[in-house]
Amino acid sequence: MSKAIVLYMHVHQPWRVREYSAFDTAVDHNYWNEANHHSGANNARILRKVAEKSYFPTNAMLLDMLNSHPEFKLSLSITGTFLEQCEAYLPELLSSFKALVDTGRVEIVGETYYHSLAFFYNRAEFDRQVALHAKKIKDVFGVTPTAFRNTELAYNNDLGRWADIHGYKAVLAEGWDSVLGWRSPNYAYRPVSTQNVKLLLKNYKLSDDMAFRFSNRGWAEWPLTMDKYAGWLDAEPDSPLVNLFVDYETFGEHQWADTGIFEFLRQLPHDWLSRPEHTFMTVSEAADSVEAKDYIDMPHTVTWADTERDLSAWLGNRMQQESQGNIYNLSSAVMETGDENLISDWRRLTTSDHPYYMSTKYWNDGDVHAYFSPYPSPYDAFLYYMNALRDIKYRLMQHNQNHKG
Amino acid sequence: MKLMMLGWELPPYNSGGLGVACYQMAKALAGKGVDIQFVLPYKARHEDSEKFMEVVAASNTPPLVNDKGEYVAMGAYSGTCPTCQSRECDHAREYGQGFVAATRKYADQVEKLVRRHKLSPDIIHAHDWLTMEAGVRAKEVSGRPLVVHVHATEFDRAGGHLGNPLIHEIEYNGLMAADRIFAVSQITKDIIVREYHIPEDKVEVVHNSLDPDELERTIIETNNYMYAKELRKHGWTVVASIGRLTVQKGLTYLLESAALALAHNPKLLFLVSGTGEQRDQLIELAADLGISDRVVFVGFVRGERWRELYEIADIFVMPSVSEPFGLTALEAAHYGTALLISKQSGVGEVLRNIMRFDYWDTRKLADEIINISLSPSLKKELMEGVKEEYLNFSWNDVAEKLSREYHRVMRGRRRAMHDDSKLHLERVAA
Repeated sequence: MSKAIVLYMHVHQPWRVREYSAFDTAVDHNYWNEANHHSGANNARILRKVAEKSYFPTNAMLLDMLNSHPEFKLSLSITGTFLEQCEAYLPELLSSFKALVDTGRVEIVGETYYHSLAFFYNRAEFDRQVALHAKKIKDVFGVTPTAFRNTELAYNNDLGRWADIHGYKAVLAEGWDSVLGWRSPNYAYRPVSTQNVKLLLKNYKLSDDMAFRFSNRGWAEWPLTMDKYAGWLDAEPDSPLVNLFVDYETFGEHQWADTGIFEFLRQLPHDWLSRPEHTFMTVSEAADSVEAKDYIDMPHTVTWADTERDLSAWLGNRMQQESQGNIYNLSSAVMETGDENLISDWRRLTTSDHPYYMSTKYWNDGDVHAYFSPYPSPYDAFLYYMNALRDIKYRLMQHNQNHKG
Repeated sequence: MKLMMLGWELPPYNSGGLGVACYQMAKALAGKGVDIQFVLPYKARHEDSEKFMEVVAASNTPPLVNDKGEYVAMGAYSGTCPTCQSRECDHAREYGQGFVAATRKYADQVEKLVRRHKLSPDIIHAHDWLTMEAGVRAKEVSGRPLVVHVHATEFDRAGGHLGNPLIHEIEYNGLMAADRIFAVSQITKDIIVREYHIPEDKVEVVHNSLDPDELERTIIETNNYMYAKELRKHGWTVVASIGRLTVQKGLTYLLESAALALAHNPKLLFLVSGTGEQRDQLIELAADLGISDRVVFVGFVRGERWRELYEIADIFVMPSVSEPFGLTALEAAHYGTALLISKQSGVGEVLRNIMRFDYWDTRKLADEIINISLSPSLKKELMEGVKEEYLNFSWNDVAEKLSREYHRVMRGRRRAMHDDSKLHLERVAA
């Protein structure tokens, strides 16, 4: 029986709100272009930095791996905000992603264009953002997604049913122990009360060995060699899948080049494919070829973040809740204007990274939340965001005045 | 009359209101013909002040500059960091000790100047604890009377906490040694009497003032506070507060009142200016109360943005837990706002056309905000009434009162000396 690695990588950059003061509100409607080159909120600079450390070298290596191993396959999800920034600042980066997709062995997974939490706030807007993303992917890569992942793998039964109704072959989620119980993540499942869609669950232990622990010298298994890892990948002989779901930026950004992460990735297909029963599959292929072992019931939302695996990294405190409550509260008013710029700016503010920057969880520990924030503190993140949000309100008032009678 | 004023800072090198009050007071006194030597702990040019008095540098140290490049003189606020305004940060602790050392050094320098007759005053006027020790030593060396002017006590600055015991001691010694004490309000006088056990009749209340002509009006159209301006066109009411974001200023009570008021009138926008160690807590509180979209933290403002904040505001709130005076309220009156002043703020003693509340009485404050926002005539009455009142204010009146007090002190001193020598002669004769 064959056994496939389903390697799935998530590519995303948010439009960070620049250091937008209360005096910019109702004066300057540019929230995204930070003039200060050294600011952590300078989107162009950050995209170039991450591209240099991660996207360019990883894409080059992935292309090389695809060329030298005909069985090597992978899946990517690429957000609309990332594609927009490529188009604005770094078109050659987009070409390198196109080259991957053009091999025919790289699947693009669907999601919300803006990497938002719209599923939990406004289902109609969620549908629109998913459709926008599908259209963008079709325009850029010429393909249409047949699998779906929600922002931060946030999943519950509703999302499973939604994906089923919308004809997706697969939906991705976290293989969290409290949901799986005795079951293994290395099988395909079916979301409760659905007909066709399959649920693919992240093998978080093996994924996180690579994504989080790889360079951790305090980890008993450090250094992680491919020999050792290959043994773990094969530890469950009868299961058909190993779902390795990681952030794309693992390669070169979260794990820097000098940790040996690139060599590790390069070895993966080489070692894995040395056994004839081993192969790689994209997410939709896995859904097509592997039968559902059982159904999975997830009434509560599970994500792939923090030890809580819930939405508390985004909606855990009142600042985060206020920011999201306020932004979604404007949705119908913004949509009614039909003003494309206004709608696009508003949608960029729905990106989940904004409330993530406002997280006070572990703030005092200076943990991952702080590491990935462009702002000095969660409070500054909140103030800049709210100043921009009030500007959206101002633009709404202006619009309504100009279009009255 | 030769007056030696001991001060910690003068504009433009001032970190707060103390420098401004000293400047205005000295200017008005000079206008009455008082010959003033104003002794500062640092050396710098003060072009405006030098027009009417002699500015004496006790040292060659240049004024301090914070990391924003703004001059903060020697920092007037004891124990608060001139950069982040906190009382808790490492800087503040360093400054807390450094400050006391700096006031001692200043006292040494003043004493030296008096001994060498570089300074030979008829009377010594020391402002706040920072210069009190210098005042006491100058009095000892020169034998001239000392008046001590209390703009704030350590109890006020600590906002309900005990404060720095070293500073309390300096204040206590200064108040004891003084021939007369000026307090900027009855509230401050009460603290001096209650906390430092000073006899009531030794303390004179001398309220601060404001010269209406000194304040500019913004004439040009600016694009500051455009969001608030837009909302006002739609019938919103803008409520402003200005001050350091510290416990002493009582802003948590303002936010709680804001939430109560918004439940009755959602068309309220609160502009909170200033910075300080309470900022993050206040941001979180606004979020907890669910009013973040109605509360704008505008940061520290000065110059045109500072003036315009008064102009744009319909209501100015001073929710201070402990405010010896509160000059900003008089400035707000100048720019035409309705004033809501806590009963714990000294400035409330000199204004009648205002509404008051106990700082902790959030329902009362909410009630006042709601009523003013919903009643244009009430707002008009308050605004116009207070404006009329404040037109009668003048630093000249303060200077007159001070002159009278100086003479009284000097007469008292002479009489005392006369009595002393008579007693001495009688003893010798006996």
